[in-house]
Amino acid sequence: MIAWTIYITFGGAVVILFLPRACAKWIALGITLAGFAVGLATFLSDDVDPAHFKTIVRMPWFPALGMNYHLAFDGISLVLVLVTGIAAISAVLFSWNVEDRAKEFFFWLLLVVGGSYGVFLSADLFLLFLFYELVIVPKYFLIAIFGSNNKEYGAMKLTLYSFFGGALVFLGIIAVYGAAGSLDLNRLAQFQFPEQLQSWAFPVLFLGFAVLAGIWPLHTWAPTGHVAAPTAGSMLLAGIVMKLGAYGVLRVAMNLFPVGFYQWRIWIAVLAVVGIVYTAAVALRQRDLKFVIGYSSVSHMGFVLLGFAAGNLFGVSGSVLQMFSHGVIGALLFAVAGRMIYRRTHTRDLDALAAMNLSRALPFAAFTFVVAAAASMGLPGFSGFAAEITILIGAWKSYPLAVWITGAGMVLVAAFTLRALKRTFFDVEGESADASGEVQGMPAAHVQMSSSAEHPVHLPPITIPEKLGAGLLMLATLAVGLYPKLLLDRIQPAVETMRFLSR
Amino acid sequence: MNYSELLRLAAPEAIIVITALIVLTIGLATGRASKFSLFVAALGIAFAVGAILSLPQSANLFGGMLVISPLNSLFKIVCLVLALVTIPLTSSEKSSPNLGEYLALLLLGALGLMLLVGSEELLMIFIGLELLGLSLYVMAAFDKSSIRSAEAGLKYFLFGSTASAFTLFGISLIYGLSGTTALATIGQKIGAVPIQPLLAVGVVMTLIGFAFKVAAAPFHLWAPDAYQGAPIPSAAFIASGSKVASFVVLGKIVLIGFGPVHGSADWRAMIAGWSPVLAALAALSILLGNFVALAQTNVRRLLAYSAVAHGGYTLLGLIAGGRDGFSATLFYTSVYAVTLIGAFAVVGEVRRETGGDDLQDFAGFAKRSPFLAAAMSIFLLSLAGLPPLAGFFGKFYLFSATFRAGANHGLLWLVALALFGSFVSLYYYLIPLKVMFVDKYSRSEAGHKSPVTGHLIANATIALLAVAVLFFGFMPQTLAARILAALP
Repeated sequence: MIAWTIYITFGGAVVILFLPRACAKWIALGITLAGFAVGLATFLSDDVDPAHFKTIVRMPWFPALGMNYHLAFDGISLVLVLVTGIAAISAVLFSWNVEDRAKEFFFWLLLVVGGSYGVFLSADLFLLFLFYELVIVPKYFLIAIFGSNNKEYGAMKLTLYSFFGGALVFLGIIAVYGAAGSLDLNRLAQFQFPEQLQSWAFPVLFLGFAVLAGIWPLHTWAPTGHVAAPTAGSMLLAGIVMKLGAYGVLRVAMNLFPVGFYQWRIWIAVLAVVGIVYTAAVALRQRDLKFVIGYSSVSHMGFVLLGFAAGNLFGVSGSVLQMFSHGVIGALLFAVAGRMIYRRTHTRDLDALAAMNLSRALPFAAFTFVVAAAASMGLPGFSGFAAEITILIGAWKSYPLAVWITGAGMVLVAAFTLRALKRTFFDVEGESADASGEVQGMPAAHVQMSSSAEHPVHLPPITIPEKLGAGLLMLATLAVGLYPKLLLDRIQPAVETMRFLSR
Repeated sequence: MNYSELLRLAAPEAIIVITALIVLTIGLATGRASKFSLFVAALGIAFAVGAILSLPQSANLFGGMLVISPLNSLFKIVCLVLALVTIPLTSSEKSSPNLGEYLALLLLGALGLMLLVGSEELLMIFIGLELLGLSLYVMAAFDKSSIRSAEAGLKYFLFGSTASAFTLFGISLIYGLSGTTALATIGQKIGAVPIQPLLAVGVVMTLIGFAFKVAAAPFHLWAPDAYQGAPIPSAAFIASGSKVASFVVLGKIVLIGFGPVHGSADWRAMIAGWSPVLAALAALSILLGNFVALAQTNVRRLLAYSAVAHGGYTLLGLIAGGRDGFSATLFYTSVYAVTLIGAFAVVGEVRRETGGDDLQDFAGFAKRSPFLAAAMSIFLLSLAGLPPLAGFFGKFYLFSATFRAGANHGLLWLVALALFGSFVSLYYYLIPLKVMFVDKYSRSEAGHKSPVTGHLIANATIALLAVAVLFFGFMPQTLAARILAALP
C-alpha cells in the first residue's frame, strides 16, 4: 500500500497541469495529505516487519540487465516516508499565496516529493538512482523560476553539485553491477564484494551520496541553494532532499560495502566533525537570516554523518532519528524565515530585523521561531535532543575525541541560534537605526521603515495555512522529542539487520 | 543466383530509388513545392519498411555485398524511420522552392544508409559512404540564399572528401594485405599473421574516415558549421541517420573485419590494436566536445559540440566489444538519433517563429509555447542522461557494458571520464532550458509575444519523438532486447 505514496504524488503532479490554476494548491494539499496518510497508516499498522527490507512490488523491467521495478520498505524507509509526508504538507501550506505560475510551481514541488518517496522505497539500485536523479531537475526549476536573491546562481550551483554527486553514484552503481551482476538491493546486501573493489568503490558511492547530505567541504551548495530557493523549496531541500543523500549513504554505500566502510569511516568522522564545528562557526558570522539557517542545516546533517561513522546501533539509529528530526526542524526554521518574516518585511538582514521589534508585530512567528530554535539547539523535549544524544552515545563508543569536539560545536550551534533568535525577534532596543542604515545593498524603503520603527511595524498577520503548517511541524518535533521510542521502535530493528554493524 | 532473386532481396532499396525518381518528377512537373511530394516520399519509405519486413531471415549475395540478417534489417528500418521523421522538418524552412529535389536527395541519402548498413564488404561500404556523403553535401548547401548554408556545404564537402580519401587508401591497404574485401574473410586472414606496420596504417586510415562521419574529435571540425549553417532537416539528418549507419558499419568493420587486432585499451595495460585508437578518439571527443559546448551561444552549435561528446560516449561500447558492448552502442546511437532529430525539430520551430536559433531567441519561449518548451526539455534532459528518459538508460547500458568488459575493470578510466563528461554536459543542456523557462523575452516587439500556433505536422512529429524518448526511457527493453536478439 505504501507504494501508493509514489503513484499518488506523481499522478497528482500531472493532474495539476491539466486543471485550472485555482485548483492547483488544493490538489497539491490533497495529494500531500493523501501521501502522508498512506505513510502514516503503514507506519501505525501492526503487521509491519520493520526489521527486513520487505518487498511490496516486484515486476521485471529489463530482465537482460537484471533490472526490476522493485519496491520494498523497512523501518528506516517508513520513518523517512513519514517525514517526507510531513515536510511536503507543510511546504504546500506555506506556499498558499503562490499565484504566479502556480500550476508549474506545484508540479515541480510534487515531482520532488514523489521522487523522494521513490528513493526511500526503492529496492532496486537502478530504480533508486532513477528516482534520485529525478529530483534534481524539478529542484532547479523550483529555485530558478520562483526563488529570490541570486536565484539562478543558487539553482545552478545546487544542480551541478547534485549532478556531480550523481555522477559519482552512477560510477559506484556501475561498479556494483559490474562486480555482482545484480541490482537487487536485498541480494546485493548478501553479496561479498572483493575487498579491493570495496576500498575504491565505497568512497566513490559515499561521496556521491554525501554531497547531497551536505558533507563538508562539498556543502557550499546548501546555504546558497537554501537562500535562493522559495520558502517551500528551502523546506523541501532541508526537510527531504538532504535526507536522500544520507539515506543513500546508509542503504547503498555502507550496507553494500562494509569492508570499504571500515577502511574509510575514520575519514567520515573527521569530515563530519569538521563540518559540524566549521559550519556552526560560519553561521555565527552571517547577517542574512536564511544563511544562518542554511549553515545550521549543514551542521545538523554533520551529526547524521557522525552517527554513520560510529557504525554501531546507537550511532546509526540516532542518525536516522536525526534525519527525521532535522527534516521537521529545518523545514520549520525555513518556514519562519522565508514566509513568516521575509515575505512580510522583505528583508532577512539581521540588523534590519532587529530594528523592527518583530516579536510584537508577529507574535505567532516569534513563538514558532522560539520553538524551532529550542529544537534546533537540542533542548530536551524536542526531537533534536533525542537524536543528537543517541548519536553522541554511539559515537562515544567509536570516537570519543569526536564527541568532545562536537560538544564544543554544539555550544556554537546554541550561540548562533540564540543570536539569530535575539536579533530577529527580541532586540527591543535595537541596534541604533544608523547601524541598520549602514547595511550595504539595503533598499532605501527598508532603511526608512526600520529607522522609524520605534513602534511595531504594521505587517500582514500570520495566515491560517501558515499556522496549520507550523503547528504540524511543531507537533511532530514535540511528539518525537517526548517519546522517541515511537520512531526508534521502527528504526532499531532495521538497523540491527544491516551488515556493517560493529560487533 | 538470378536477377529476380536479386531484385527480390534488394526490393527495399529499389523502392527507395523509385520513390526518389517519382518525387523528383513531381517536383519537375508541378514546378513549385508541393505537399503531395512529402506524402509520396513518406509513402515510399513506408513501403520500403514493409518490404524489409517481408525479406527472408538471412541471405548473403556476392560475398557480402548485400547481406540480409536480422541486425541489418533492423537497422535499415531504424535508418528509414529516421529519414521518415526528418521529412516533416522540411516545413520549418521558410521557403523551399525545390522541395522535390530536396526530398529526392534525402531519399538517396537514405539509400546510402541502407547500403552501408546492409553490406559486409569494404567496397560496397565505400560506395554507400560516398552515396550518402554526396547527398548530404548537397543537402547541407541547399539553402542557396544563405551564405551560412554554403559554408556548411563546402566545409562538410572538403572535410568529407579528404576523409573518404583516407578511408579508400586504408581499404586498399587492407585489401593488399588480405587479398579480399569481404569483412569475414579479412578477419580470418589478418588473424593468421602477426601485426605489421602496414596493417596498422591500413586500420588507422580506415578508422579516420568513420571518425569523420561520427564527428569524433579531432575530426569534428566540420560539425559545428554544418549543424549551424545547413537547413534544419539536413542538419538533423546528418546528425542522426548518418551517424547511426556509421556506427553500425564501424562496429561491423572493427568487430568482424579487424576483430583479431582488437588490442586493449585497459588502463596501464594497453596493447596495440584498434581499440586504443578508438579509446583515444573517444576520450578526446568527450573532453573537447563537452568543454567547448560550454561556451556556445547558438543552440545548433551547442548541439554540434554535444554531438562530438556523444560520439565519444558511443565509441565506448565498441571499445568494450562483444555482444553487450555492440548492442549498447547501437541502442545508444539509435536513441540519440531520435532525441537529436526532436531537438532539431524544436529548434526549427523556434527559428521559424523568431528568425534565429541563438540562445536569446529562445528567451521566454515556454510562455509562448509550453508544448515546444516541454518537448525541448525532454530532448535535452535525455541528452544529458537524466531519468526517466531514454538517454539515461542508454548511458547506463553503455557504461555498464564498458565497465564489465576487459579484465579487472581496465576500462574504468573511460567510464569515469565519460561520467565526468556527462556531468559537465548537464550545465550546457540546462542553459537553453533556463533561457526558455526562466528568462523574460529579450525582444519587446508585440509580434514576438503571441502564442505560437506552430505547424501541425511538425508539432505532431515533435510530440511523437518526445513520446518515443519517454517510451524508450520507461521501456528500454522494447528496443534493446530486439538489438540484442538481432546480434549473432
